[in-house]
Amino acid sequence: MKDGRLLVTALRDPASTAALDADGWIALLTMARAEQLIGTLAFRLEGQPMPDGIAAIFEDARTNADYQRKTALWEADAARRALASYQGKVVQMKGTAYVAEDLQAGIGRSIGDLDIMVEEDDLREVEKLLLAAGWEWVKEDEYDDAYYRDHMHELPPLIHKTRDRMIDVHHTILPKTAKPTPDAKAMLGNGIIGSDGLAVFTPADMVCHSAAHLFADGDLAGGLRNLWDIYCLLMEFSRGSDSFHAELQSRAQHHQLEPAVSRAIRLTGHLYGDSKAPPNITDRFYIRRLTARNGCGQQTRKFTRFAFYVRSHLLRMPPMMLAKHLWTKWRKG
Amino acid sequence: MHEFRVTVGPASFRLLSQWARPLDQMRALYADYPTPEIVDYTVRLEATSLLRRFIRPSAAINGDYMLPDAAPLPADQGLLGLEMGMNLQMALGWRRQMILHASAVERDGKALIMTGESGSGKSTLSALLGINGWRFMGDEFALIDPASGEAVPYPRLISLKNEAIAAMQESAQEAKFGPLMKGTPKGDIRHMVPPREAIAKMTERAKPVLLLFPRFGHEGAIRDMPPSETFMRLTQASTNYVALGEAGFEAMTKFVQDVPARAVDYRSGEEAMELVEKLWEELS
Repeated sequence: MKDGRLLVTALRDPASTAALDADGWIALLTMARAEQLIGTLAFRLEGQPMPDGIAAIFEDARTNADYQRKTALWEADAARRALASYQGKVVQMKGTAYVAEDLQAGIGRSIGDLDIMVEEDDLREVEKLLLAAGWEWVKEDEYDDAYYRDHMHELPPLIHKTRDRMIDVHHTILPKTAKPTPDAKAMLGNGIIGSDGLAVFTPADMVCHSAAHLFADGDLAGGLRNLWDIYCLLMEFSRGSDSFHAELQSRAQHHQLEPAVSRAIRLTGHLYGDSKAPPNITDRFYIRRLTARNGCGQQTRKFTRFAFYVRSHLLRMPPMMLAKHLWTKWRKG
Repeated sequence: MHEFRVTVGPASFRLLSQWARPLDQMRALYADYPTPEIVDYTVRLEATSLLRRFIRPSAAINGDYMLPDAAPLPADQGLLGLEMGMNLQMALGWRRQMILHASAVERDGKALIMTGESGSGKSTLSALLGINGWRFMGDEFALIDPASGEAVPYPRLISLKNEAIAAMQESAQEAKFGPLMKGTPKGDIRHMVPPREAIAKMTERAKPVLLLFPRFGHEGAIRDMPPSETFMRLTQASTNYVALGEAGFEAMTKFVQDVPARAVDYRSGEEAMELVEKLWEELS
């Protein structure tokens, strides 16, 4: 296997790695690092037989994942302290939420920025509190700033000046210019507040958000990790409750995310699960994109990736708006 | 892609390049080092575009760990790019020992660690000591084992800059040198292969007994460094202290308590070596 299916197979069936030779292991590790899945793989393969040199690399990866987990929780707590006087709900999203909730998706996960969501009407207040607590704008550019505020689902990114960590403050799920309009108010409103005072989405909304993030926005770069998140969430939540799937269907419909959630369910089955049915034509194209990675760590399948890149822009904005946006960006160099 | 694998101390690398020449140079310079089957890291030297593979070739340094804003290098400095890539993998990825940005030499089973900013002369000093009765352990990273407190050798190629190049060619006439690279982001650079003994003994650890903060260009002087200041400076000089968490804090605390530290000013290599020998004598 010369593409990302090597990594997919190792995650799906850890025992399959017994057949790997030295170069096979190196290809697997290199892919896992490039896809930000090295920590996840390290925990997944714990206890499997492997050469000593490989075991040492996974040990490093587990040490590092532990550090990332602590840092993510610390950063979330820093935001909580900064927003202590804010009355509204603060939802932690993505990786931070998974580790805060001790979910399987959080085991070994690499976590970069802190993503939180607050009520859109409260953005000014939240922004003011964060700026007062030491966060500052990453780039001061009027066009970008206005673009974010007018069309995006989050504020322009902020970075903390001493800790050097980014925070993305979301107020809705998808860019305002995207076609589906998930009910962000309901997601926020139903968010469950934990003992630390920060909230997370309900299980069904968590899956909806992850699927929206992966399939209704962006070009699927790093998609294998996001799809692994969704696979873990689906497994864990459906084990915990018989009615989870019905609940997920109804929330997906409510959020106009039925296509994204269905695709997520199908693709997790094809790649990480035990789905025997052959993937349909478009799913096959998605799998080609998701596994476009070789054993040297390079991205492959330039055309497929470009097609998804174009798609990501078309999802975000209507053609005329896209042309105007690209023109402005191009002139600014 | 062309490929070359090499082991340096405890770490192994797979180096990939779209051009054959930088790897041929590496192969010649690392001829006495072991070739690993399993590698810890991959470094890739890749053209920034199809055009730049052939016309005014320009190489991006990619790999398992990358800096998002790293500037590409002209492809004829590919050797430097690969070395920078290897350093980056260690700095960002290594968790088995605490990494200090420092050089190290050994005598009688005991290690002398020298740390300081770029231009302090720690690299040149370790190379000089390495051909004057000490075993060279590394000129860039000192790896401190958290469990034993021992220094683990990392004797990569010695990176000589600007005036140090001529000085070392004068002092180490039998040594093997790489190509002279002029006008790199850090001025002129030329790599020197560490002495044979340093390579042969690259798995032999040594207990650190002295830490120096050398400073080039000031009148010869030795000053005590209090543990508190040493601690603060070493946390700055470590690339993975924070990521190691509690293990890193314990390793650092133990290091600072066990190893006496001195600041050393000097104006020439000879002066520095005299001061080092004097201090070493006093301590043993």
